[in-house]
Amino acid sequence: MGSYVARRILALVPVALGVATLTFAVIHLTPGDPVIAMLGENAAPTDIEGLRHALGLAQPLLRQYLTFLTRLARGDLGRSIVSGAPVAKLVLERLPATLELAAAALCVAILIAFSLGFLASLRPGSGLDLGAMGLAVLGISVPHLCLGPLLMIAFSLRLGWLPLSGRGGLQHLVLPAVTLGVGMAAIVARILRQSLLEAQAQDYMRTALSKGLSRHVALVRHAARNAATPVITVLGLETGALLTGSIVIEQIFSWPGLGRLMLQAIGSRDYPLVEGCVLAFSFSYVLVNLVTDLLYAAMDPRVRLG
Amino acid sequence: MKRRWRNPSLVAGATIVCALAAAAAFGPLAAPKDPLAINLDLVFAPIGWAHPLGCDELGRDVLARLLWGARISLSISAAVVAVSVVVGSIIGGTAALLGGALDELTMRLIDVLLAFPGILFALALAAILGPGLLDLAIALCAIGWTGYARLVRGEILSLRERDYVVAARALGSRTGRLLWRHLLPALAGPLIVRTTFGVAAIIVAEAALSFLGLGARLPTPTWGNMLDEGRAFLLTAPNLTAAPVVAIGLSVLGFNLLGDGLNRALDWRG
Repeated sequence: MGSYVARRILALVPVALGVATLTFAVIHLTPGDPVIAMLGENAAPTDIEGLRHALGLAQPLLRQYLTFLTRLARGDLGRSIVSGAPVAKLVLERLPATLELAAAALCVAILIAFSLGFLASLRPGSGLDLGAMGLAVLGISVPHLCLGPLLMIAFSLRLGWLPLSGRGGLQHLVLPAVTLGVGMAAIVARILRQSLLEAQAQDYMRTALSKGLSRHVALVRHAARNAATPVITVLGLETGALLTGSIVIEQIFSWPGLGRLMLQAIGSRDYPLVEGCVLAFSFSYVLVNLVTDLLYAAMDPRVRLG
Repeated sequence: MKRRWRNPSLVAGATIVCALAAAAAFGPLAAPKDPLAINLDLVFAPIGWAHPLGCDELGRDVLARLLWGARISLSISAAVVAVSVVVGSIIGGTAALLGGALDELTMRLIDVLLAFPGILFALALAAILGPGLLDLAIALCAIGWTGYARLVRGEILSLRERDYVVAARALGSRTGRLLWRHLLPALAGPLIVRTTFGVAAIIVAEAALSFLGLGARLPTPTWGNMLDEGRAFLLTAPNLTAAPVVAIGLSVLGFNLLGDGLNRALDWRG
């Protein structure tokens, strides 16, 4: 396991370099001049030149790229143009809120997905199965953008049970986490049902039942572990999607996380800050993929030995 | 054969999509209210005969804005998907047919683009390009083509080994004829299904980016813009939010059902 972990972590280096390069390319190679965008079309040429030099944009592109990489390796993301504060500090301030939201959504998703998936796989084709999978189809097809406002109208305005927006106690977390988690729950529930049904058709399940285990015990002890691998894959992929999905959710619920910081930065044309946010999001995404791979290896020896 | 075309998903999806298309095409003519006309006497006018969905914070008719929004949102989504399909097919097809280093390079590029979260990429692009419908469309195309390129490449690589294609090649068909007579007809099915799902995804992406303030400039009525503007008045006028929510949800449902139905109808293995 140790050498597998080491190999996976080493393999992160080229991926991280690729992500950093792509971020740099998007910000620096896209047509349009950030300096003119910041100062406006009618700015004095001396001001434009001054800002260009201050931001290091007057240097050749390759030079800028190398500077960008060496500073990144030291954890230096530059300074925000608007506030002058270090970008890394601003990003780290907002990151916990986004991680909190994503973690809560993950819990919601796992809770719903596992209940629906297990229930549906108990009696395939029954009313329970059809009902659970019907809910799952509904959950997949409702976009975040629609579910969020609907939940706000229902649970905050009509029923008054939960606060409308903002970050605070646990009550504030419920609606955004549910909005973010439901789509993932639906996808995972379907995969879980499918792989539980497949596992139940295996010989070892017949053995377990014939030696007298009850269906529930056999399901939990024998089928569940074998059904876990595809579920973990999908969980990993979808957790990555949770991180970026949170951008829209944060805006809907005024959640003060990285997504809102990025939108503010885009609005004020604060390019170093935009760059920092994009990097933070994409590195988190890469890290989630790493954790998925490691979990995968922990569950299934074939992965780490193969 | 005919029964395949009568599956419930296909019928329901086609009905919803046709209704949406009709609403987008003729709705603005049938309900000839100006979606931009500000009338301060009608601020937050409730739902009623004159204004079936009420009026917004500037007294603009919500139904008129919704119908004009349908026109903009649906045509942008259709255009983005069309460009993505054509560009993706050409790139994927070229990679598959020429093979070698070019194929390898294209696929690695697509891998990197797919590894990067799509909405993040579109956000960063839209941030640089600035808000605006055209820029939004370019950002969506930039992430949209990769899926189609992968699909077309995979299909061509597998179709190329089928007996009838090998036979046609053995009989002396040139690449052009092979492509036109044998590969394209077989490719059309999966591509049409994927495209239909793609429209649903792009409708949501367009609405999301507009909602985040990176789409059409205000006061242009798009569904995402209406959501964004309605957000501030959720307490007093939830109908401003509910209208675009239902419109987006219904279109996504319609295109997903249509895609599902087409998938069943076109899948001759099933």
